Amino acid sequence: MSASGTNVAGGAAGDVTDGYEMVIGLEVHCQLKTRTKLFSAASAQFGDAPNANTDAVCLGLPGALPVLNRHAILLATRASIGLECTVHDVSVFARKHYFYPDLPKGYQISQFDRPLATSGRVVIGTNTDGSEKVIGITRVHVEEDAGKSVHDRFAGFSAIDLNRAGTPLIEIVSEPDLRSAADAGLYLRALKQIIEYTEVSDASMEEGSLRVDVNISARPVGQVAFGTRTEIKNLNSFSGVERSIEIEFARQCGVLRAGGVIEQRTMLWDGHKGEVRPARAKEGSHDYRYFPEPDLPPLVLDAAWIQEQRDALVELPAAKRARFVSQYGLSNHDVDQLTATVILADRFEQVAKAGGDAKRAANWMLGTVLAAVNVRGGDVTSHPVSPQRLGALITLEVEGAVSNTAAKQIFAMLETEDAEPRALAEREGLLQVSDDGALVQWIDEVLAELPEEAARFLAGEKKLQGVLVGAVMKKSKGSADPKKVNQLLGKLPDTQ
Amino acid sequence: MSDSLLLSRSVAEVAADIASGRLPRDAALDASLAVMESANAGPGGLNAVLWSDAEGARAGVAALTLNPEQRLAGIAVAVKDNIATRTMPTTCGSKILEGYVSPFEATVIARLRAAGAVIPMKTNMDEFAMGSSTENSAYGVTRHPMDHTRVPGGSSGGSAAVVAAGVTRIALGSETGGSVRQPAAFCGIVGVKPTYGRVSRHGLVAFASSLDQVGVFGTTVDDAALGLQVIAGVDPLDSTTLDVPVADYRAARGATGDQPLAGVVIGRPVEYFPESLDPRMRALLDRSADHLRALGAEVRDVSLPHTSLAIPVYYIVAPAEASSNLARFDGVRYGLRVEGDGLRGMYEATRSQGFGPEVTRRILLGTYVLSAGYYDAYYKRAMAVRRLIADDFTKVFAGGVHVLLTPTTPSTAFVAGSRSDPYEMYMSDIFTATANLAGVPAMSQPIGRIDGLPVGGQLLASHFDEATMFRVGYALERALGTEAHT
Repeated sequence: MSASGTNVAGGAAGDVTDGYEMVIGLEVHCQLKTRTKLFSAASAQFGDAPNANTDAVCLGLPGALPVLNRHAILLATRASIGLECTVHDVSVFARKHYFYPDLPKGYQISQFDRPLATSGRVVIGTNTDGSEKVIGITRVHVEEDAGKSVHDRFAGFSAIDLNRAGTPLIEIVSEPDLRSAADAGLYLRALKQIIEYTEVSDASMEEGSLRVDVNISARPVGQVAFGTRTEIKNLNSFSGVERSIEIEFARQCGVLRAGGVIEQRTMLWDGHKGEVRPARAKEGSHDYRYFPEPDLPPLVLDAAWIQEQRDALVELPAAKRARFVSQYGLSNHDVDQLTATVILADRFEQVAKAGGDAKRAANWMLGTVLAAVNVRGGDVTSHPVSPQRLGALITLEVEGAVSNTAAKQIFAMLETEDAEPRALAEREGLLQVSDDGALVQWIDEVLAELPEEAARFLAGEKKLQGVLVGAVMKKSKGSADPKKVNQLLGKLPDTQ
Repeated sequence: MSDSLLLSRSVAEVAADIASGRLPRDAALDASLAVMESANAGPGGLNAVLWSDAEGARAGVAALTLNPEQRLAGIAVAVKDNIATRTMPTTCGSKILEGYVSPFEATVIARLRAAGAVIPMKTNMDEFAMGSSTENSAYGVTRHPMDHTRVPGGSSGGSAAVVAAGVTRIALGSETGGSVRQPAAFCGIVGVKPTYGRVSRHGLVAFASSLDQVGVFGTTVDDAALGLQVIAGVDPLDSTTLDVPVADYRAARGATGDQPLAGVVIGRPVEYFPESLDPRMRALLDRSADHLRALGAEVRDVSLPHTSLAIPVYYIVAPAEASSNLARFDGVRYGLRVEGDGLRGMYEATRSQGFGPEVTRRILLGTYVLSAGYYDAYYKRAMAVRRLIADDFTKVFAGGVHVLLTPTTPSTAFVAGSRSDPYEMYMSDIFTATANLAGVPAMSQPIGRIDGLPVGGQLLASHFDEATMFRVGYALERALGTEAHT
């Protein structure tokens, strides 16, 4: 990417996109982690038998009325605060109308002109000048999900599963601040991380709890006005988002370059074929006939309550990264990895505290521990080597009581044995002898046993030190601290 | 005791007798079922009753565990067919819901049952409560019990006719723009529309959610007050109900002394007494005002200046919400489905054949006023004017007026088929739609007759002050005595 932010999709010289810039805004739907639905007590559980989790409200039966789920509002508020939005003390639910068989009421209860939260931001990285790269959040609003239409299950019929109907969502709308597919990817990853940190959603694109629509337009570099945009739907992975953006941008540039006009319409991403194609039914011309939902009074949030949620918010990824760098003196690269999830970051901090050496703790976590977790499955919190025991092991290493190699052997034993690291090291003879008396004794014996090498070494032939250290190690059956032996031997020629 | 004799006593008395065992538990129900038969209330007769469930009601009475707390022990209550019951269909007078039985019951039904009442019948109505004559039902017109050539009013005409015919003394209706008060006036009974948010709408099939309230018909003020007493109160299943204590609506029933309304100020809004008002109706209202004065009330003229805008505002807001609320009747999950060419064809065939002309008209009107480009000009502006109409009431009540007295309707019950122009029909609601738009409580009670046909006087009070409204209603009813029906 050039300094002006121009995208160079494909990168080849003479590319169709040369001289054009992409403008992208993302709409992200995120399913809130609630036990029940947004407006009824039906279970919001995913994966049950079709239509098992429905009731009068989510079936849209005559006379059923919505009752707002408090917890959903708590989660939506928390997410909004995490996205640094202004959370409004009054927001209004509105009906969005369209006819579709999986929309039982003929309207979706959403928010329209008075959303829960507005004007937020997400930091997605650092600009070349060192400033933060910020993507604006236009709004966060709360709405219910629709059901699912199943077209391939029964010959000649479509089937409707309303388990998902009425599950709570937030829609996070970004400003059209993104200028490349890579930035869109960074934005989504940052967003997902914030959502995971604040524990408002599972945020899984595979399971459909995170859904992304891309609004994209192209304009000649230097032009201020936005071009006509298209919307890409049906995206089911971050890489799909990035690839579809490149492809659609190239298509739009091609049309513009040929003097054509972009038609505002919905495009569908086909991940299997890797193509973006127009949706069959023309959308975008929908008239949703929004009006305030008369079955629900305006949502009024107490300012003190909003502040409570703000105070109770977990440390967000950006803040945690900054703190890890300053508090532990770790590299950005290590910090990015350690803060990928809250549980990894928390585990690291426990280990660092218990072991007294943050850098070693970071190396252990990102190396041996993550590898072990990968093998075992589950997450880092389910790993049997507790932060205290790993910390104790790191302490042994720091003291020089065990070598790094021995420590790794001990770690493997700790995975299956409920024992303390020091006791294991003793039992297995893995403690390094760093006691001067014992080491000097071994060194004296070796010097006596290898008089020729000893004489040459003492005469200044430094390269023989390795031979002597090896002999000491052998004599100590590996328990001598090689560093200490080297130190002691290194002093000998001077003192003789 | 003969059926009609039993039904000539107040519900409160009969229920107390049944609860205490002085009367057999099935006495009131049997009387209602017998009158239903003799008055020919069903199809072919008044056509006021659409569905009946005598057996279920008898079983309900038999299963009652009687206790003195049950204010409606053994009492049969007729219910408008847009209120969800498990025991009978809930069709809203529409073909599109033919045969539909709700799997859950409305909160008001649950409260009636908890008070010891049974529901032996569902009553006819204008389709989806859209109409003022009960001529718009897919199941035929309901006749006025006193004159079969006339309409009982609507949309809750079935419930009004049932009470007027003496089948039950309490019936539930619903109001969006006068649908209880107008038929009550036409049929010479009492009809109450509570404050918006006073009675749960859970289980009331929505017409226009911001206007809809379940209302109560009673043979007398006391019957209606008792009915409302039982169903009123906040409901966690309806977020638009308010947690305001329910006053004792029957507190003034025994008020004695010659000045029971001392200190009460009655307002007469001049806009409700236009030049064009039938002088005989004006005279009946004057008579009522004289009675109220004699009872100690001060009667003064007041102004609700935005009254004339109520009908235009109502016919934007109500159809807009209706177009949304009725979107769910799409043939996909329940009710009528008419196959057509593909999904769109099925929608079109189902809705074209399932909805009658008035419902179709209002859906189209409502869809139009909510459309992009028209929303601001119609719906948004209508909501702004609605606020002005509500403010009119707020100002008058803040100015020391307790209750307003107006005619309920501009005319008495009209001849069936005589109002083919929808606009003319809409004007039937001219004095009633304001209360729905403002959310204030209002009731109609009989204040005399013109050419033998009942005339209703309307009382309106401020939000959640049903008690004062009933206090005036009780006093006026007592003062009028037999004049109310002559």
